[in-house]
Amino acid sequence: MIPSSPRPPAASDHHHQLRRVQRRLLLRGGLSIGALSMLTGCNLQDGDTVDKVLWAMSRWNDRVQALLFNPNRLAPTYPATAITRPFPFNAFYPEDDAPDVDASDWALEVSGLVQDRTPWSLQRLRTLPQESQITRHICIEGWSAIGQWSGVPFRSFLQRVGADTRARYVGFKCADRYYSSLDMATALHPQTILALDYGTEPLPAKYGFPLKLRVPTKLGFKNPKHIVAMFVTNDYPGGYWEDQGYNWFSGS
Amino acid sequence: MTSVHRIRVHPLPVRVTHWVNAFAMTCMVMSGWRIYNASPLFPFTFPDWATLGGWLGGAIAWHLAAMWLLVGNGLAYVLYGLVSGHLRRRLLPIRPAEVLQDAGAALRLRLDHRPDVYNAVQRLLYVLVLLAGAGVVLSGLALWKPVQLFWLAGALGGYEAARRVHFVMMAGIVGFVAIHLLLVALVPRTLPTMITGSASLHTPRKEAGA
Repeated sequence: MIPSSPRPPAASDHHHQLRRVQRRLLLRGGLSIGALSMLTGCNLQDGDTVDKVLWAMSRWNDRVQALLFNPNRLAPTYPATAITRPFPFNAFYPEDDAPDVDASDWALEVSGLVQDRTPWSLQRLRTLPQESQITRHICIEGWSAIGQWSGVPFRSFLQRVGADTRARYVGFKCADRYYSSLDMATALHPQTILALDYGTEPLPAKYGFPLKLRVPTKLGFKNPKHIVAMFVTNDYPGGYWEDQGYNWFSGS
Repeated sequence: MTSVHRIRVHPLPVRVTHWVNAFAMTCMVMSGWRIYNASPLFPFTFPDWATLGGWLGGAIAWHLAAMWLLVGNGLAYVLYGLVSGHLRRRLLPIRPAEVLQDAGAALRLRLDHRPDVYNAVQRLLYVLVLLAGAGVVLSGLALWKPVQLFWLAGALGGYEAARRVHFVMMAGIVGFVAIHLLLVALVPRTLPTMITGSASLHTPRKEAGA
């Protein structure tokens, strides 16, 4: 799942690629019953409909998951002995390329439908009440790992900056050019936190220094690292992987 | 008996759900293999040519789209089977002694194929694959929603255990399909019957059942 170029690809590039691949594979899937090996070289010309159906089903799955989401249902928590060591690194680039953020000139930008747009320094974020959790991180690839994160409950942060919590989305931009977004219900979930620490130490670069969103009710790729900006909006913000075809809601 | 007459073997709802299931299950297995390859549970991966979706995101899009078809179709089949009595009539009873007897006869190629009656081995395998279908769907739901459906994931032993249950159920279904296709190849006249619904009944010959 790691692309050869770390450049965030234009969504349209990927839609096109996805469409081509899916066009070929629909034919294979549809006719595979009994004749699979004969079709591997086939190239169906008119597959755009398939691509549209898959995207439409993904939007349908977003709606179903929003209905299934219980804002009070807590993700299971674990004892410290259950923590996975070492906790795996995962990103769209190798670990050595994790961004080196300078804490002294870092500040979290806050924009969109909020009353107070003052940027937040690390020291100031540390003055807010903190919470800790030991939860399971589930990757879309299938693997899972248990880790401990601590930081500011995102709900209290949103209230603090006077966010319009009736808005639909919260978007995030990251120092590694990653970006993602959450539905407001998940943003307000009691276990969604702006994590400053991994274990008992400040987040190391590989886990998202200086700020990572920890969302135990979503797949791992919905937990952006190295966050530099957040915004509240009613316009669908998409995400790095979401724009390439990962299901947007991806709730657990 | 010289006259050959046509009898109805598979009612229309069974034929429709059979072929919809064949398509949906093929999509699910092939896209599932691509998802498996992203983080293999065991020391092997599936060849790309046997997978669907082209990459992880494409495979998941297929998997989470086709699951609606698979589950909707499966529920329609079970509902029809229960209400019409089809399941009870065709798949029951399952008696161990009959299974052993029919399995022995089949292995010696001495089992008569009656198009309108399933032998004991068939009944057992069909019931087992239906249970595997239920198992693959339930474990899949646990993987899709391990927090919202925490009780389901918990009943399966947690998220990581549910991955293994999902794999084993898939393997059972794929194993069933392999035997199923082999037997259709051995008794090819069962294939048009699953399309038209009717079969010719004539003097039984000694053949393996499909």
